[in-house]
Amino acid sequence: MPKEYRTIQEVAGPLMLVRGVENVTYNELGEIELQNGETRRCKVLEIDGGNALVQLFENSAGINLDSSKVRFLGRTMELGVSEDMLSRVFDGLGRPMDGGPDILPEKRLDVNGLPMNPAARNYPQEFIQTGISAIDGLNTLVRGQKLPIFSASGLPHAELAAQIARQAKVRGTDESFAVVFAAMGITFEEANFFIESFKETGAIDRTVLFVNLANDPAVERIATPRMALTAAEYLAFDKGMHVLVILTDITNYADALREISAARKEVPGRRGYPGYMYTDLASLYERAGRQKGKNGSITMIPILTMPEDDKTHPIPDLTGYITEGQIILSRELYRKNVTPPIDVLPSLSRLKDKGIGEGKTRADHANTMNQLFSAYARGKEAKELMVVLGEAALTDIDKLYAKFADEFEREYVSQGYHADRSIEETLDIGWKLLRILPRSELKRIKDEYLDEYYSAD
Amino acid sequence: MSTGTIKKVAGPLVIAEGMRDANMFDVVRVSEQHLIGEIIEMHGDLASIQVYEETSGLGPGEPVESTGSPMSVELGPGLIGSIFDGIQRPLDDIMKATGNNLQRGVSIPSLKRADRWTFVPSAKIGDRVIPGDIIGTVQETPVVLHKIMVPQGVSGTLAKIEGGEYTIEEAVAIVALDEGGERELTLMQKWPVRVGRPYREKLSPDVPLVTGQRVIDTLFPIAKGGVAAVPGPFGSGKTVVQHQLAKWSEADIVVYIGCGERGNEMTDVLNEFPELKDPKTGYSLMERTVLIANTSDMPVAAREASIYTGITIAEYFRDMGYSVALMADSTSRWAEALREMSGRLEEMPGEEGYPAYLGSRLAQFYERAGRVVSLGQDGREGALSVIGAVSPPGGDISEPVSQATLRIVKVFWSLDSNLAYSRHFPAINWLTSYSLYADTIGRWFSANVEEDWTDLRNRLMRLLQEEAELDEIVKLVGMDALSAPDRLKLEAARSIREDFLHQDAFHEVDTYTPPQKQGAMMRLVLAYFDEATKALNQGASVESLVKLPVREQIGRFKYTPDEEMEREYNNVLHQLQSEVADLLNRKEEE
Repeated sequence: MPKEYRTIQEVAGPLMLVRGVENVTYNELGEIELQNGETRRCKVLEIDGGNALVQLFENSAGINLDSSKVRFLGRTMELGVSEDMLSRVFDGLGRPMDGGPDILPEKRLDVNGLPMNPAARNYPQEFIQTGISAIDGLNTLVRGQKLPIFSASGLPHAELAAQIARQAKVRGTDESFAVVFAAMGITFEEANFFIESFKETGAIDRTVLFVNLANDPAVERIATPRMALTAAEYLAFDKGMHVLVILTDITNYADALREISAARKEVPGRRGYPGYMYTDLASLYERAGRQKGKNGSITMIPILTMPEDDKTHPIPDLTGYITEGQIILSRELYRKNVTPPIDVLPSLSRLKDKGIGEGKTRADHANTMNQLFSAYARGKEAKELMVVLGEAALTDIDKLYAKFADEFEREYVSQGYHADRSIEETLDIGWKLLRILPRSELKRIKDEYLDEYYSAD
Repeated sequence: MSTGTIKKVAGPLVIAEGMRDANMFDVVRVSEQHLIGEIIEMHGDLASIQVYEETSGLGPGEPVESTGSPMSVELGPGLIGSIFDGIQRPLDDIMKATGNNLQRGVSIPSLKRADRWTFVPSAKIGDRVIPGDIIGTVQETPVVLHKIMVPQGVSGTLAKIEGGEYTIEEAVAIVALDEGGERELTLMQKWPVRVGRPYREKLSPDVPLVTGQRVIDTLFPIAKGGVAAVPGPFGSGKTVVQHQLAKWSEADIVVYIGCGERGNEMTDVLNEFPELKDPKTGYSLMERTVLIANTSDMPVAAREASIYTGITIAEYFRDMGYSVALMADSTSRWAEALREMSGRLEEMPGEEGYPAYLGSRLAQFYERAGRVVSLGQDGREGALSVIGAVSPPGGDISEPVSQATLRIVKVFWSLDSNLAYSRHFPAINWLTSYSLYADTIGRWFSANVEEDWTDLRNRLMRLLQEEAELDEIVKLVGMDALSAPDRLKLEAARSIREDFLHQDAFHEVDTYTPPQKQGAMMRLVLAYFDEATKALNQGASVESLVKLPVREQIGRFKYTPDEEMEREYNNVLHQLQSEVADLLNRKEEE
């Protein structure tokens, strides 16, 4: 039985100071027992001689400085994992909340994980077909990638994420897959939307859910993604499954981080977020990937809402520096009723180059992709000019580009949330659009592909 | 040696008591797990230690032991082709020992102890040697001849030297010291990372570090021994630029530091470099590369050390007389690591929470670059060029790290997200970038590659400049308001952008352009402008000149393999002249 302390000195926000402790270590998990027998969890943030500064994972209501007891458990926060976790729903701290029995853990894992040795990583290069042209054709997702969705309030990121989860497959394989879903501070409605959508397709049997809703304690959110990723790592690297992890909403997670940092009176970085937020986010995102000698993989789709639609806000900014690209949703396209409203120009998949081409998608993929990007960029410029100066001010060729941009948004991007296009369909639509332009404009495409596809009908 | 006990643990910062006898910047072993740390502050009996590994599970009362020596790297055969973490632990050996995830407290020597190397002496018994003298060589890889140098503080007469197979710890020579006594020399030496390796004299850089990247070599060149910064928002292709430079720059040795960046990027380098052939030597690029990886999920304190580890290794090869290029991606993550430690030490913050010494630390780091005359009696020259990526938050370079960097570097490649969105790569903005070496290096190119290199370059720059001004007008009043010569200028500038500056890193030919071809390409795009201007003056219409079919050929010239370059160049030029002539003839017939 670990030693109990009744020496809580201070409770302020999510922090608590305990005096006179012995043999307590950094990052150790603790338990607070209230008078009514209820227990809450906490972890050690700083230990200075006999003073332990601890962070609560749950709210502090009811803690009494004199009568509440604190125990330190001699281990860090752990999650008991087993394959039975599939199809179950857990709360933000990994406790079952679907009324089912407790999990009989096969083993217990430290939720913080261990950094992956870069020499032991396998480079992600297997093409995942999501059936969404704007992603498959232009911002290709590969197995083991972390590709966030940058959204904003009121945009349909949930529909897009659910569509990806529903349609994503590696073609020509029949390997076991799983979805791990972590909700951080989102509303019941949004969480329910995902659950319903998993049920609809039957994917729910292969899904592990960790749910911290908007009315759950904010500090619990610090642990939620780590729980989810620990489960994902177990399924991927111990059980050889291909795991898709959806984390939503990272913005709420970062705000919880800021809350703790502010309570500790740390020197704030930009917009009050702590200076170590980059490292902290990296410790989540970098857990995606593939490993040498292991069959499974973790592909991660974090979702974040950009405050004020601002991509330079610290949360999207730091995320973009860590993740391997980003899918950006645009309010302008959403207003034009483009579904999904993916703004392809600032979107990017950094790993696409190794995932596309002959033997993976099709030989002409890389060339047409670059051409579509630059043609769409030029078309948008032409359209801007048209707004200012009128159509007459455009050269003939720019008029074609403007037409291309319109058609591109309508046919290529706007496919709806239920169309599942094969990569060939996507590429063919691309060629159909490129035929709007004269062949001499298609400088980024090799002659052989132009010969094969440009004139073909 | 001094032993103390832990008093406080807060993240990567550990405070230990009973450390009065330890020295500043000593390496210490923390707790029973022997985690590696470094003393960064002393207050009487208390030492503040930054620990290079995760500190979970440490608590007061555990032992801390000083090793009595500062953080050092091992220098000797075996460096090339290796991947090390921020404190020079070999990641491949760690993987063999502990599996795919990084465990703590692993103690594996940096250089492999069992490997045997063939030492070929170049000095003989009785020779007088001073620090820096080369006593022999080891063929480390097919392209790297590792020169064994006399370490610091050793001068005297060679009493024994013998060729043969040695491990890095065995004595290959014995020096009878001037001050009396003997000293055994091994293939390996050690050097503290926070101290620059000494040289005899620093020279100013005047030879280009050819990179094969057109926008860099032609417009904003970097010299051997120069320093450059690549700032840019995420998604603007910083890492691709760094990788391209690591692949193709004309350096004998490349040291690549992945500092707080993505794990998969290091994996990419590890996978790709062995496959790629160096255009000069024909051997794989890994045969000249050393990798340092502290990915963003690895302990943050080691990130601070990683760039020093990297540059010390780079200096060691520079001292052998090589041209070394060091890429650090990204220095912003290093600065953030500095900020994190500074915050934990409760120092008074400067701008945006960065410590007040950020600028001086950065300057000290970059100043270790340069072209130097090495120590030793033969006066050989080596150069160390440093290219640092900067990741400014939100792409806004008014932030402290970018600003402190800009005060030091001579070359600035400004990456632009708008260019990246339209997939113009490398997304180096030609209006905001600069190179203070442009003149001296232009002279070198003029003397060695193309007589009128500087003129061609200046014409390109002028056209691009004019395009920017004309674009303003077009935005206000439309293309129709421009005169015909101005419209032609816009077309020429577009051709410079699309046919010359745009370079596809993933195309087998386009990824590297030798200087001769760069010269030919400059000539071609300007030839079009010249011919078209002439034709315009003789009455041809702009529309017809814009639509000349030969322009497609000019655009594709970059994909022409080097060996067909000359023929194709004459071909295109001839085609251009005949098409323009045709146009004028038709005009006359009408």
